[in-house]
Amino acid sequence: MSGWAELDEFLSTDPRDVGCDEALRLLHVYVDLVVDDKSKVEAARRYAGIAAHLRACGPCREDFEGLLRAVATRGNETDPDERP
Amino acid sequence: MPSADASLGDQVAAGLPAPTRIAGRLDDESRRWMDELGGTGPPRDEALGRLHDLLLRVARAEVARRRGRHPITGPELDDLAHQAADDALVAIVAKLSGFRGESRFTTWAYKFAVLEVSSKLGRHFWQRPTASIDVADWERLPDRFGVTPDDHAQRLELIGAVRRVVSEQLTPHQRQVFVALVVDDVPLDALVISMGSSRNAIYKTMFDARRKLRAALVANGYLGASATKGATGGLSMEEQG
Repeated sequence: MSGWAELDEFLSTDPRDVGCDEALRLLHVYVDLVVDDKSKVEAARRYAGIAAHLRACGPCREDFEGLLRAVATRGNETDPDERP
Repeated sequence: MPSADASLGDQVAAGLPAPTRIAGRLDDESRRWMDELGGTGPPRDEALGRLHDLLLRVARAEVARRRGRHPITGPELDDLAHQAADDALVAIVAKLSGFRGESRFTTWAYKFAVLEVSSKLGRHFWQRPTASIDVADWERLPDRFGVTPDDHAQRLELIGAVRRVVSEQLTPHQRQVFVALVVDDVPLDALVISMGSSRNAIYKTMFDARRKLRAALVANGYLGASATKGATGGLSMEEQG
């Protein structure tokens, strides 16, 4: 996919998208659901508007992935560049 | 920084489903954190120290995970992680009574550290000597959407079509946000800082701009007519005015 198709994907909006404030307000709840159900089915079912937002908003998706990683590793992940 | 607390009442009012965990029914570890942090004396101080250690580990891991997407390295990076952990701890203590047990306590707490890292990295963007808005190098736009440099015809057509509808369809504010984020590739959190706005407000501006631009490009025959994804439900961006 490139050019017009990629532009089309970028410009398409999801009416369920709840926006950054709502997504971040409940991000901890959403992340725990994803941790408990790695398929993300339950999280996306219960919070379709947050799932839609995380697909479209890069900064919030970055925060989601960071929080998910933090919960999975309890902050114990070693920086790959600092491994012996 | 975006607000990190939430109440069940607010969620219901927002049209979002109530979380699975019920307020007051904390898991054992979360209950321990709440008891210790809500107490006094040395046990509280010790819990604050442990929580700060956890937040610092999370903040360090997060700035490392985002390596390559920000220009900060070395001692400055560790300093940023320390600041994020410090500010996260202050916010958590201030909002402790707002924790309802909708998630594990640590998940709720880590969120503060992750959001602090985001916010601080956004501020650092403007310290780069090359950081600027209003450059509007439209020649880079096709790269953003995967058009190869040798496809000159598509590059020119895409630049011309998008530039025209941006000029004709968007308000001055929408145009400024679109050009900064899409053409100049300014990170959204950095634009929030420079415009004195919020992430949600900038996202909403872009959300509306994307809809307008797509409708215009469809009307002009550049894109197909299937307008949006999914079905309605909850308090959506469209309902946020």
